[in-house]
Amino acid sequence: MKRCLLMLLCCLPAAAQQRRSSFEDMARETQALQRDDATNPAMLWVQEGEALWSGAAGAAGFSCASCHSAAETSMPGVAARYPAWDDARGAPIDLAGRIAQCRAERQGAPPLDRESPGLLALSAYVGLQSRGLPIAPPDDPRLAPAVAEGAALYAERRGQLDLSCAQCHDDNAGRRLGSSTIPQAHPTGYPLYRLEWQGLGSLQRRLRGCMTGVRAEPFRYGAPEYIAIEAFLMRRAAGMAMETPAVRP
Amino acid sequence: MRSASLLVALLLALPAMAQGLPEPLTDMPGDAARGRAIITDRMRGLCLLCHAGPFPEERFQGNLAPSLAGAGARWDAAELRLRLMDSRRLNPASIMPSYYRTEGLNRVAPALQGRTILAAQDIEDVVAFLVTLREESP
Ligand code: HEC
Ligand code: HEC
Repeated sequence: MKRCLLMLLCCLPAAAQQRRSSFEDMARETQALQRDDATNPAMLWVQEGEALWSGAAGAAGFSCASCHSAAETSMPGVAARYPAWDDARGAPIDLAGRIAQCRAERQGAPPLDRESPGLLALSAYVGLQSRGLPIAPPDDPRLAPAVAEGAALYAERRGQLDLSCAQCHDDNAGRRLGSSTIPQAHPTGYPLYRLEWQGLGSLQRRLRGCMTGVRAEPFRYGAPEYIAIEAFLMRRAAGMAMETPAVRP
Repeated sequence: MRSASLLVALLLALPAMAQGLPEPLTDMPGDAARGRAIITDRMRGLCLLCHAGPFPEERFQGNLAPSLAGAGARWDAAELRLRLMDSRRLNPASIMPSYYRTEGLNRVAPALQGRTILAAQDIEDVVAFLVTLREESP
């Protein structure tokens, strides 16, 4: 495991070795919002997530807690190791996908759509249990093709502006694109509260924003391409601390 | 307006090190005032997302690219036209978008497919303004 991490670090471009969360580039007031749970607007969703966690739903009358007991004991570290391999589908699955799957298939409750308040709330509540823990992608060889696909999608130019993720987030991170400082694109804080959204949003919503920004056709929510990009970004951010639920400008 | 594909053919025919495109894209001379407005419009020109320049009224100019100040002293109209239309002919790794190219793009948003970022007359207007930028930034 340690050797694997070392190898990975050696493969990363020089810039990525001084990895930093975009938290560090935020205005002090925005940092303060994130630091203090009493002011972090994302905590409203977390509270809703906590209620959903312990509330029975579906014909069988199960809550998440019926199977997983208290999230504080069963969920630490879970969000830090997604996307994971889903045996049932024979494909990688992200945390929101797993929560939606448990809800529909195990609870038999009405499905939660991508970006719905309920799915964001549960993702934020489960994610919070990993706050401060290092991102730790599973050492599962079945995920390797998705990581490779994610790396390729990250390096591929797209859209009318013909830009790749890497051109902004590797080559120009720290510089200013208009009024925004370009971050290194670490997925440490999702789902997070973005001031511009005035609400909570997932990593996929963020990726969609970057894709429409270069005037490309985004992938549909839940698409395997987004899960591949997430698998790559999580590997690239391995060891960095989880911040969920973060705040961003 | 001449056809975009003819122009692309023209571009391809240029020797690799060609530095400029002397032929204007339209018969109407560029309007520098319009060009300035396009450059400062972040939804149209997008220029100030990456470049800074002598636009004191514009806050939050980017720093991903050289300043536009003095561009007209460094380059003539033909060279500026080429850089705007397809700067990747000069530097394939450039992040500067090709403002007058529709080929070789990937996953362009459906509503924009087959459309260039700027129209031919816009390019001429921007070039007409850029040639007036003769002073380097202080
Ligand atoms: C033209 C530049 C540009 C391109 C291309 C781009 N991004 Fe971004 N990205 C940004 C900027 C700027 C931000 C900061 C947020 C903002 O203010 O919009 C950002 C934010 C992000 C974040 C959030 C980081 C955080 O701390 O929350 C992630 C993740 C990300 N981008 C991933 C990607 C991926 C993956 C791609 C390609 C599919 C991509 N970006 C393409 C400019 C870009
Ligand atoms: C996404 C970034 C980006 C955008 C948007 C952009 N440029 Fe550029 N531009 C660059 C970069 C980077 C260079 C440096 C040369 C290179 O890498 O191709 C450059 C070079 C130039 C040059 C030559 C500069 C010199 O003196 O060497 C001019 C002139 C220019 N751009 C004008 C414009 C204009 C006008 C617009 C908008 C209509 C624009 N650019 C939009 C990134 C950009």
